[in-house]
Amino acid sequence: MAANPMTQFEVYRIGPEIKVGAFDISFTNASLFMIVSSLAILIVFNLGSKKNSLIPSKIQLLAELSYTFVSKMISDTAGSKAKPYFSFIFSLFMFVLFCNMFGMIPYTFTVTSHIIVTFMLAAFIFIGVTIIGFVKHGFGYLKLFVPSGVPVVLLPLIIIIEIISYLSRPVSLSVRLFANMMAGHTMMKVFGGFVVSLGIVGGWLPLSFSVALTGLEILVAFLQAYVFAILTCIYLNDALNLHH
Amino acid sequence: MIKKIFFQSIFFNLLFFKEVFAAESGGMPQLNPEFWISQIFWLTITFGALYIILSKLILPKISLNLELRKSQIQDNIEAAEKQRENSEAKLKEFDDIIKKSKLKAKKNYQEARENALKEINFKREALDKQIDEEIKKTEHEIKILKKSAPEKINKIAIESSSELVKKLIGAEVNNSSISAIVDDLSKRNGDKYYGN
Repeated sequence: MAANPMTQFEVYRIGPEIKVGAFDISFTNASLFMIVSSLAILIVFNLGSKKNSLIPSKIQLLAELSYTFVSKMISDTAGSKAKPYFSFIFSLFMFVLFCNMFGMIPYTFTVTSHIIVTFMLAAFIFIGVTIIGFVKHGFGYLKLFVPSGVPVVLLPLIIIIEIISYLSRPVSLSVRLFANMMAGHTMMKVFGGFVVSLGIVGGWLPLSFSVALTGLEILVAFLQAYVFAILTCIYLNDALNLHH
Repeated sequence: MIKKIFFQSIFFNLLFFKEVFAAESGGMPQLNPEFWISQIFWLTITFGALYIILSKLILPKISLNLELRKSQIQDNIEAAEKQRENSEAKLKEFDDIIKKSKLKAKKNYQEARENALKEINFKREALDKQIDEEIKKTEHEIKILKKSAPEKINKIAIESSSELVKKLIGAEVNNSSISAIVDDLSKRNGDKYYGN
């Protein structure tokens, strides 16, 4: 296992193979960590909202600070119109954050290091935002691709670029998270392998690197969850308040 | 740098999907589609459940808690303000009472003082009168006594002189002659004996 840094991303079946038609929906280690992360979120926030004391307990403070943090992030980037989508963005942020953080525990599986997971989330956001845009503005939503104040000569080019950039949103959103998680975890694995192979004499340098990388990766885990959520907010802002 | 390489490899992998798999069996497990459907399925279930539970049960509670706390703090501030005003009013009342009672006490003191002075004056006058009367009475008595004193003394002198004479020489002496001598003596030395 230590030999190949990529084995940590392998998905394997836990329990029997479950097939629905031609699709294999077996319970895997990825499913396990999705459930673990979701349950952890639910437990933390349930404990944090259970009883309301005027002076909050630590867990209540955590829940309330997260709530105000996400709510402030949404109102700052997408305005007050984005309030109905608060629950979704909150769940998204917490899900990504907890999956990232659970991945930092040794011998766990990082759900968000799989492109299919991040791409599904990003595609859902992309489709959802596009639908919201068309519902709110009708075909006027297409004005998003026509920036104001651009010379008419350049307009065809700009429109094409805008459309490409719009369509690449789900790709960039998903790949950003996936690549960050995968790169970080691979790097930690590589340095961990160096520690073992260099032994007690030369292993100290990669070990210190590993320690530093752990801190960095925890930061990245938070940062990527935040970026994922804030980009969702920005896309939502485009759909809600068309101001191109 | 490593991230960039990954980034590029992902793009190329996406482009030449099948070729990558044909060439490489131990490549990125992420690009093995064996469990993609399973991951999509479980992601939908877990994230859907998470979203529903958070949005229906937990987040409204947290927002309610936050609002309750806000309103409670507001209420507490208002109550504190009210109580402060109350206590200020009470303090004012208290000051008024103290002021009033001080005035009253002053008045009472003044009255009592005046009364006492009046009484003292009255009593003093009565006493003075009484004393005057007593003095007058005694003076009168003294006057009477003074008036009667020479006579009595004369009488005593006469009697004692006659007794003395009788004892000394054994002869009866006429009282009138003795009284003449005594009178004469008392007239001469009266001032010396009864001088006031």
